[in-house]
Amino acid sequence: MTGVFAEHEILVSIRDLTFFRGGRKIFDAVDMDIPRGKVTAIMGPSGTGKTTLLKLIGGQLRPDGGHVKVGGLTVQDLGLRELYALRRRMGMLFQSGALLTDLNVFENVAFPLREHTRFPPTMIRSLVLMKLEAVGLRGARDLMPSQLSGGMARRVALARAIILDPLMVMYDEPFTGQDPISMGVLVKLIHDLNHGLGLTSIVVSHDVRETATIADYVYLISEGKVIGQGTPEQLDLSVSPWVRQFMHGEADGPVPFHYPAPAYAQDLLLAKEV
Amino acid sequence: MLKSIQSLGAVALDSMRKLGRANLFILHVLTGFPDIFLRFRLLIAQVYSVGVLSILIVGVSGLFVGMVLSLQGYYVLSDFGAEQTLGVMVAASLVRELGPVVTALLFAGRAGSALTAEIGIMKATEQLSGMEMMAVDPLRRIVSPRFFAGIISMPLLAALFSMVGVMGGYFVGVGLLGVDEGSFWSQMRAKIDFYDDIVNGVIKSVVFGAVVTWVAVFEGYDAMPTSEGVSRATTRSVVYSALAVLGWDFVLTALMFGEN
Repeated sequence: MTGVFAEHEILVSIRDLTFFRGGRKIFDAVDMDIPRGKVTAIMGPSGTGKTTLLKLIGGQLRPDGGHVKVGGLTVQDLGLRELYALRRRMGMLFQSGALLTDLNVFENVAFPLREHTRFPPTMIRSLVLMKLEAVGLRGARDLMPSQLSGGMARRVALARAIILDPLMVMYDEPFTGQDPISMGVLVKLIHDLNHGLGLTSIVVSHDVRETATIADYVYLISEGKVIGQGTPEQLDLSVSPWVRQFMHGEADGPVPFHYPAPAYAQDLLLAKEV
Repeated sequence: MLKSIQSLGAVALDSMRKLGRANLFILHVLTGFPDIFLRFRLLIAQVYSVGVLSILIVGVSGLFVGMVLSLQGYYVLSDFGAEQTLGVMVAASLVRELGPVVTALLFAGRAGSALTAEIGIMKATEQLSGMEMMAVDPLRRIVSPRFFAGIISMPLLAALFSMVGVMGGYFVGVGLLGVDEGSFWSQMRAKIDFYDDIVNGVIKSVVFGAVVTWVAVFEGYDAMPTSEGVSRATTRSVVYSALAVLGWDFVLTALMFGEN
């Protein structure tokens, strides 16, 4: 299923990726290519290891088989120093925002600069205010993370993720639990930042409609395999029953409504064993 | 039967693994020692929250322990007509034993539990993971300053405890029970040796500081990233560090004072 993109277009290439957690196979020989400069969405039901995939790309987890290459570097073979050098060029937006709760908004966004650069304070101030302006929260610079709404926290985390001008940004479920307005704001931000800053974005999500509006390319994963890929339009018209069920949110289909269990009647008759 | 032996083995393996993780963890933190000078401000902030904020509880406890020591000591010593040595008894017990040990136990409850909960919650809210993704090593940025702050604070707190304790002993012994003031202090000065008593006590408190903070930061870092996991880790942190302090106290006492 690979080979959709030309070699020079690919920033992240995943080959034959296999990963186990607690004896359960999360990924089973997954192949994926993330094209440069585009927004790529990775969608799938909850619990299919989408976040795990981001952690594998970021080198926080090691694959049990296969490899992940970012910009030609095989992530699992890097030493700690090289891995950290690579991560400096990746931004990641966690589902919770992962803001440092003991620092205010300004200091949270300035954090990577203070850790990795020796820029003078005036320069740090300008850079932080520029990024905060980009996410519309320049006025919130003195607030503490506990005073922010969920959507604002994610925008601050986004400003922090792009403060070092990374090559790519990974978004972990950016839309989950957002009201329609902040959802719209985040959709617009991801799209605008990607094209304005020439980033490569990977959006992990199960919000089909929002993600489909900004994604250039979509991978659908389920039970450890890529079961559909293409542009959102292609997937929308897909004849695969699984892809149809997911894209249109049908309750029953190839993904059963019931969690695997012994036959219902038999299960009820076993009551005296309890 | 076989099952219970199996589960016993599993528990043993688990604890061995955990011990291994704890050792690798502390090794990593210790290799980050030079970084402390680059992040001096973080260290100072931690000495404040771990050490300075523990001063009140340590001081008050020291006062009462000293007062009780004096009361109890007087009761025994006066039987032999040896009330004049009350100062020696109070000071020696405090400097050698109670200062380091009780301070370490209080420190585990006051500062250790807070460290575990703080780091555990940072883990549960993905702050540590987020830091890793920002190419910042959480062991150096978060754990290392807290660990060294613990080592710095503990001996100072133990010294404070002993000092306030001696004052408490003085108030009760001299003020309340009428022990002669001159002999209280002069006997103490004559009998308490700088190296044998004070330096050994300081060594103890440094070791206890390292043990308590190590357990605390490791339990936080190793906690299950859920609210239940953090609460369990906090409990474990206090229990394990208290036990470790008492165990190490025996070992150190045997090494330091075992010969005489």
